[in-house]
Amino acid sequence: MLKLAVVTHERDNVATAVRDLKKGQVVLMDIQGKGQVEVSLKEDIPFGHKFAIQEIKENQELIKYGEVIGHATLDIAVGAYVHVHNVVSERGRGDLEVGK
Amino acid sequence: MEKLYGYRRPDGKVGIRNHLLIIPASVCASHVAQNIANAVNGAVAIPNQQGCCELGPDFDVTHRVLVGFGKNPNVGAVLVVGLGCEGISTRQVAEEIAESGKRVEYLIIQENEGTINTEAKGIKLAREMASQLSLMQKEEIDISDIMLAVECGGSDTTSGLAANPAAGYVSDRVVELGGTVVLSETTEFIGAEHLLAERAVSQEVADDIIRIVRDVENKAKSIGVDLREGQPTPGNIQGGLTTIEEKSLGCIFKAGTSPIQGVKEYAEIIDGKGLYIMDTPGQDIESITGMLAGGATVVIFTTGRGTPTGSPIAPVIKVIGNSENYKKMKDNIDINAGTIVEGKETVADVGERIFKEMLEVINGKFTKAEALNHREFGIYKLSSTF
Repeated sequence: MLKLAVVTHERDNVATAVRDLKKGQVVLMDIQGKGQVEVSLKEDIPFGHKFAIQEIKENQELIKYGEVIGHATLDIAVGAYVHVHNVVSERGRGDLEVGK
Repeated sequence: MEKLYGYRRPDGKVGIRNHLLIIPASVCASHVAQNIANAVNGAVAIPNQQGCCELGPDFDVTHRVLVGFGKNPNVGAVLVVGLGCEGISTRQVAEEIAESGKRVEYLIIQENEGTINTEAKGIKLAREMASQLSLMQKEEIDISDIMLAVECGGSDTTSGLAANPAAGYVSDRVVELGGTVVLSETTEFIGAEHLLAERAVSQEVADDIIRIVRDVENKAKSIGVDLREGQPTPGNIQGGLTTIEEKSLGCIFKAGTSPIQGVKEYAEIIDGKGLYIMDTPGQDIESITGMLAGGATVVIFTTGRGTPTGSPIAPVIKVIGNSENYKKMKDNIDINAGTIVEGKETVADVGERIFKEMLEVINGKFTKAEALNHREFGIYKLSSTF
């Protein structure tokens, strides 16, 4: 079967597309040691980009490789596109220090 | 495993290339050094912007890089060219390199009537040194004599899924076989430093890892900027990388899973075996320059988008994680690891291919960057010149 997306760790709440994927497409992925997960995409997901495989609330941490990669700035639905529009880094934020 | 051959140097270190290195002591001597190298087969120069009007740490870094490049075992002999009045002492650089036992000569432009006569003298000297070097025979060496530098640049999400894990397979093999591996790019440990610290051989090394990452993060904070302006880069973001944490977590895979023996300063010479970390910026050329000054002899450079850069003194093997971009950047990429993402090969399959390629490169096969004369060189700076 052609691989469409990968989940890198059982704790992850996002998957990475390894094909250009279309809105409405149903993607079946293996999760290491935890069987499979099926997600219906809410948006187009370009190759190499991410989508949510679980409901993610605003301020909740995003997990890839089993580790924190940032937190959500909005609620993110299952199958929604995850990128710089709804996730921010928690590190090296000199901009947040100004005026402190 | 096939037999490996290289050059055993008087100090016991082992090189896999036999360059005649023409080192300009400063920006003012760079043009003359380059012209000498251009005229002589087997010679390479490292033109640069540094060497004068630098303060404290920057002066030390430049000095360390120039001496470290001269001492690198891929270099068989050295000619240092100075203007004569720069901050870096031409004679001192030459003397420190000569401690390695290799032949070192130097020329001062202000003592030789300027450009034309210095170049003429330099070409005569370099021609004779190159002939002498060409007589050197390779002898059998062991993989444990190799110091592998791992680097990544032009990353996208496939870097962390394919190219870096495959390079990590090679890093683990080299360490298992008794060799040395160097991981760098401190900026790209941000968000992954806890995983590296867990692998440190001692609490002291773990503390060093956390300290260098905190320092680079504080540096961004101290100038009131958001690190996100520079990291991930616009190309990284276009390639699907969202945050520096995500980039870092993918980056560290390239060093494999071995224990971390120590943390070295930028361009500090590494003498031990096993996996080391060097504190360098994420900028590829400055990072590779630091690791080569530290004694690395071969580089595996992973990418997702593709980059062309090489090095004046070491072969750089390019590995890409993205099959589409492999087609777009074929001139510059040695190995396509995109097959992992496509599900056609495993990480171990591609790792084994890279390992075999590296052995051939050690034995003299040109990488694409070498064949195309890519010789990028850049010295890391902390502050401005004065």
